[in-house]
This record gives sequence, structure tokens and C-alpha cells, in this order.
Amino acid sequence: MREEIIVAGFGGQGILFAGKLLTWAGLIEGKKVTCIPSYGAEMRGGTANCHVIISTQEISSPVVDNPTLLIVLNEQSLEKFLPRLREGGALVYNSSLIEKEITRKDVEIFSVPANELAEELGHTLLANMIILGALAYYKKVVELESLIKCLPNLLVGKEKFIEPNTRALRRGYEFARDKR
Amino acid sequence: MSSSRILISGNEAVGEGAIKAGCRFYAGYPITPQNELTAYMAKRLPEVGGVFIQAESELAAINMVLGASAAGARAMTTSSSPGISLMQEAISYMAGMELPAVIVNIMRGGPGLGNIAGAQGDYFQATKGGGHGDYRLIVLAPSCVQEMADFTQKAFYLAFKYKNPVMVLADGYLGQMMEPAEIKEFNFEDDSPSWRLDGAEGREPRLFRSLYLPVEDLEGLNIRLQKKYTEMRREETWREYYTEDAEALLVAYGTCARVCREVVRLGREEGRKWGLFQPITLWPYPERRLKELGRKVSKVLVVEMSSGQMVEDVRRILGEEKVGFYGRMGGALPVKEEIWKKLI
Amino acid sequence: MEKIDMKPLYRIPQTLRYVPTHYCPGCGHGILHRVVAEVIDELGIRGKTIGIAPVGCAVIAYKYLDIDMMEAPHGRPPAVATGIKRVRPEKIVFTYQGDGDLLAIGMGELIHTALRGENITIIFINNSLYGMTGGQMAPTTLLGQITATTPYGRRIKEEGYPLDIMKTLSQFPGVAYLARGAITHPREVRKIKRYVKKAFQCQMEGKGFSLVEVLSPCPINLRKEPLEAMKWVEENLAKNFPPGEYKEL
Ligand SMILES: Cc1ncc(C[n+]2csc(CCOP(=O)(O)OP(=O)(O)O)c2C)c(N)n1
Ligand code: SF4
Repeated sequence: MREEIIVAGFGGQGILFAGKLLTWAGLIEGKKVTCIPSYGAEMRGGTANCHVIISTQEISSPVVDNPTLLIVLNEQSLEKFLPRLREGGALVYNSSLIEKEITRKDVEIFSVPANELAEELGHTLLANMIILGALAYYKKVVELESLIKCLPNLLVGKEKFIEPNTRALRRGYEFARDKR
Repeated sequence: MSSSRILISGNEAVGEGAIKAGCRFYAGYPITPQNELTAYMAKRLPEVGGVFIQAESELAAINMVLGASAAGARAMTTSSSPGISLMQEAISYMAGMELPAVIVNIMRGGPGLGNIAGAQGDYFQATKGGGHGDYRLIVLAPSCVQEMADFTQKAFYLAFKYKNPVMVLADGYLGQMMEPAEIKEFNFEDDSPSWRLDGAEGREPRLFRSLYLPVEDLEGLNIRLQKKYTEMRREETWREYYTEDAEALLVAYGTCARVCREVVRLGREEGRKWGLFQPITLWPYPERRLKELGRKVSKVLVVEMSSGQMVEDVRRILGEEKVGFYGRMGGALPVKEEIWKKLI
Repeated sequence: MEKIDMKPLYRIPQTLRYVPTHYCPGCGHGILHRVVAEVIDELGIRGKTIGIAPVGCAVIAYKYLDIDMMEAPHGRPPAVATGIKRVRPEKIVFTYQGDGDLLAIGMGELIHTALRGENITIIFINNSLYGMTGGQMAPTTLLGQITATTPYGRRIKEEGYPLDIMKTLSQFPGVAYLARGAITHPREVRKIKRYVKKAFQCQMEGKGFSLVEVLSPCPINLRKEPLEAMKWVEENLAKNFPPGEYKEL
């Protein structure tokens, strides 16, 4: 098994947080993992992305050119990365912020109204967790419970956020399950 | 799998590794792609009673380290290529004064301002002197986040063992990437109380200098240093991957070694007898072992993220004919398929 | 048909290239670029002005300013400008530098260029931190201000005091013109433009070293909305670094 993932959106959407959580979950499931963020000048202008690899075998380069799985939270990122998604790969996108019709027919497509669902839970900032929750149902790259279990690792000193993030992960998962 | 493994970036692993090896002084200046390391030290060092200084430049940072080292501290500075260039003068002074320090270079693309992608264009600078005068640094090259921590710790040990600056040479990808790692306490004794500057109360005054005006005096210092560098050659370290029966040998360090390891594995799956020789010390270069392996294989390919710097050492050791080269420049990563093509 | 007199309300200065910006939303760099471009146009010196970009967020200022420009190593623009000006004394030479570039790593060059009374102009943008590298402390970071490298806030005992460069430079006899503006309001931006123009004129008249400091918002690293960031500049930065003209020979 080997998933090469790009998570992308704009700064402030918790892109790196989502990428790291995904990576942590892979780690506790006993997989080999790497995660590398976009950094420095690339962040000017407001977009952010990170590359995550989860694999049963050793990982050489951490950089993902052609992902097998693309998670995008805004339209700019969709335009940038969709052409790079591998044939037969999967796209999970935030339909709250992406209105564009997706024309590629050679990939699996999952839309999640992440901002709306997050708002229902009280904060749009949880959209990243909604998407990951949905992903855990659609693609099973990692288990929902692994994601939840890893939240405390990323929220040291910010423990009060564990609960809302957990709820958002579950909400995303349930949304995907019920939609199917 | 050990549960104490955490997900951490290479930059932060250097910082935590250093602290767990007793580093209590850090001076640095922001530069991408190693900024997380400076920020990490700003937060962590006060927690352990250490000193963090954001210097006004790399010139100041390395000279602060020079001072801290003379005062007996386990001191470190980190930067990326352009900043390391600015440090060369003081590194030469430290070598001349025989002061221990750890210098970490998270290399980026050059020349000039270049870019902030990972690269390996500073091999010559790190291993052939960099600054002025006849001196050597031990240079360690990690290839994963775990080694970023481990080799930083080893660097402290070696710096104090030889009273010489030691460099950890990694690239931006290794600094930025997150991987599982376990960062352990690393304890070692050092003899700094016998040489550090801490006031001459009750003893003869001490002096650190590199100025020796009489020619024979300076020659004397150099002879002593060269003898020490010869001893340092004992520290040659490397790693081998499927070399026992290899017919073709890849030679690479850092991120390139990771890519080469995958190529070897894929090759082996197809029954191709490929192996990888990965130097860990870039100086002293693991010459003897490479020579032995070189005799047994029919083909050698050096892979670097540069126009070809380490390959000059490999050719010096194995001769021109056998050794091929594949490199990418400007921060580009080597491509597996290209390495494959060059091997078959 | 009735003739309509159409007067353009907005025109792009000839010196400013019509290209998308890489600066973050709400950043002051873009405004200051425009001010510099307008002044160059108004003084009619586009063909004889040479600019030096810093290392910092404005590292690619040459993408926007349609004049002869070059890059310099981090902090060294005043030395590079000196070299150019001595070879081409009849040209207008200016540097555009941030607080890290000018006041930290480049302090030596700044002081000695000013002491020599070098006949160049420095446009100094002070956003209280290092923008490019992710919001670390700069020499102008205020006491108590949290940055990436002052996670406990800037403390006097550890990081010392912020630097008011106007106070330092005003003592130097070779310094001919000094002023400080703030990007907080269109009215204030018009003042900045006046200062920049005076600085260039001072150079054209051969009077010596000139510098204009501009307090500017960096919403990204202040972690504020653009308007909030501008307000922060007005209420905090400008209180510690008062705007106005500091020296005019
Ligand atoms: C020798 C050297 N050290 C460090 C850097 C990294 N660096 C790039 S920009 C910058 C700071 C810029 O801050 P400032 O001058 O305040 O400008 P701003 O980005 O805020 O506009 C640093 C430290 C470099 N390029 N070269
Ligand atoms: S980081 Fe700050 S100074 Fe740099 S472009 Fe963004 S807002 Fe402007």
C-alpha cells in the first residue's frame, strides 16, 4: 500500500494541521510516513499545501509530484493540483468554496460541503477536520479512530480544542457514510 | 514499534537532539529552510536554562558561538547556504584556536540567493575548507529525521573529543520533512573545565588564539593540527545497502541516498545486483571501504543534487573510468527512472 | 452627441509594471512601491534611476519597478549603492530595504554609508519583523511583541530595546534628509510621497545621504486582518516610532 497525498488550501485553513494529523494517524497504524509542508516564499500570496506519504514500504523522497489522493479546500489549489492527480486517483474537495465543475473523468471524486458542516458545529476553522473525517470513510487511508487518537499529539497546551476537532472528524465521517 | 517515536521535522529534531546532548547555547539568524530550528531553540532553550540569541547576522551568530565555546559551553549555530558562507572566517578561527562547536547547514539551492529548495551544492565548501587556511571539519551527512537528531548529538561528541568545529550537512528537504523519530538523552563527559576561560582565579591564565607571528610557530601549530586531522580520519563512517554481491554500486548521501535506496530495492525485485554506498562522514571520506567495494563492482554511479562535487572524491578514490555521474541542480530532486536508465 | 469629459481617476504610474503582486493581501509593500513609482515619474527620472532590491519580501521589487535594478546580498544594499553611485554620480541611486536587512545584518553598511554622507537614498520599510522568513524578531520589534523567535514576547533583559534609527542618524553631519511616515491612512500615504520626493530631490541636488522610513503593516505575520494590522501600526508602531520629518539640510 502506498498513498501519495497533497493537502492544499489557503493559509489559515489548517492545511498543515490536517496533513500532520493524517501523517500521525498513519504512524500509529504502523505505516512508514513522511510529511513536508510548502514553506517560505511559496506561502506569500496566501496559499499553503503539504505533501504526505503513507506507505507499507520505506519512503525515499518526501516530495509528491503526482498524488494518488488530492485533498483541496479552495479553488485556487484545485486549479493548481488537479492536473497533477494521477489517473485512477481520488479527489476530495471542499464544495463550500469550490463551485467549479470538475471535468476529469479518470479519477474518483468526492465533494464535501466542509465549511457549511463546520459552521453547523460552530466554526469554519473545523472544515479541515470535516474533510479528513469524510476521507476516512471514503478512502480508508487511515481509520477515523486513529485520527481522533492522534489529536492530543498536535494540541499540546491547547487541549480544549480536542473535543471540537473530534466532533468535526466524526461529523465528516457521518456525512460521507449517510451520503453513500 | 516504539511508542516514544514522535512525528517531528528534521529541523526540530536537530534542535531537540542538540538539547538532549547538552547544548545550552545557540545563536542564529533566520533563514529558510531552517527557520523552524531557530524558533524551536528560542522556545526550548529557556526551558532548560540555556541561552538563545537571535543574532543580528550570521557573522555575529558564529562569533557568539566562538565566545560561548571558549567559555566552555556546548554551543551550536545553524543556518542555510548563504548564511554559512558568511560564517567561514570565524569557522577558520575556531579551527585555529581548537574550539569545539556544532554548525548545521540546511543547504538550499545556489549560487547567490538561489532558492529555498533543498540542494547539495555546499559539499566543496564543507569538506574542502570553506574558509581560509589549512583546516578541516568533520562533516556528518544525515539522510532521515532520526539521523538529524542522532548526528547532531554525535557532532557534539566529536567536537569536544577533537576540540574542533563539526558540521552537520543536510539539505532543505531533510530540514522541512516530518518523520517519526525517537530523540534520546545523549550524555558524554567533556574536559572543558581544563581549558575553558572562566577566570584565572587560583590557576595560570589561559589564552585562545590563532595568531602566531613567527613562521616557525605557525608552522608548529599547523603540524599539530594536521596530526589531529590524521587522527580524525579514524572517524570514517558509512552505510551499505545490498553491497555484498553488488555488480553496480550507487554512491550518494543525504536525500539522494534515500532515492538511491529505493532504486536499489526496485532493482533487486527484478533481480538486478545493485547496491548503495552511503558515506556518513563526508570528511573524513570513507575511502578504504569505498576502494574495496569499488574493486568488486563493474560500475559506479554517483548521484548528487549538484553539478558534481562528491563525485570528484569518488573519482579520486576509484579512478575516472568506472565512475559515472547523475546530478540535478537548483534544488531539483534526482529522478528514480533516470538513475535506473544510467544503471542498466 | 454630448461630449463627455472623461478624466481618469486612477492611472498606473509608468514606473510601475502592470503585473500581479506576490505580496500578501493588506501588505504595505505594494503601496510603497506605488509611491516610489509615482515620485520617479513626477521627477522625470525614470531613465536615470537605479534601484537596489533587498533580501526580504521585496526581494523581487524589480518585478514591479520598471527601471534599472539589481539584487544585493542580505543587508549590503548601501554598499552596493555606494559602488554604483561612485561610478555613476549623475544617476539617482536608491535602495529599498526592510528592518532586518537594513538594521540587523546591514547595520554596519548603513552606519558607514551615512557617515560618509554618501549621496544616495534609502527607502526603509519597517514592519516590525522579518516578513519573508516567517515573522521573526527584528531590531524594530516592540517590547512585549510576540514573534516566531520571541515566543515569550520581546524582553528587555534578553532581547534588548527596539531601535529608533532616526535618533541615531540625525546626529551624523553627512545625513541630509530624514523623515518617517506610516501606512495607516491615505492622508498619511500622501505625506510619505512628499517625503520620498524630498529625499530624491535632496540627492539630485547633491546634498548627501537621505533616508525615509515607512511604518507598514504585515497582516500575515502579525496574524491580523488587513485593517486590524493597519490599526496596529497606527496605535502601536507609530506611537513608539513617531512619524514626521527629522532632518533637512
Ligand atoms: C545571509 C543571509 N541570511 C539570511 C537570509 C534569509 N532572509 C531572507 S529575508 C530575511 C529577513 C527579511 O526581513 P526584513 O528585512 O525585515 O524584510 P521583510 O521581509 O519584512 O520585508 C532573511 C533573514 C538570507 N537570504 N541571507
Ligand atoms: S509577509 Fe508581511 S511583509 Fe511580507 S508580503 Fe506578506 S504581509 Fe507583506
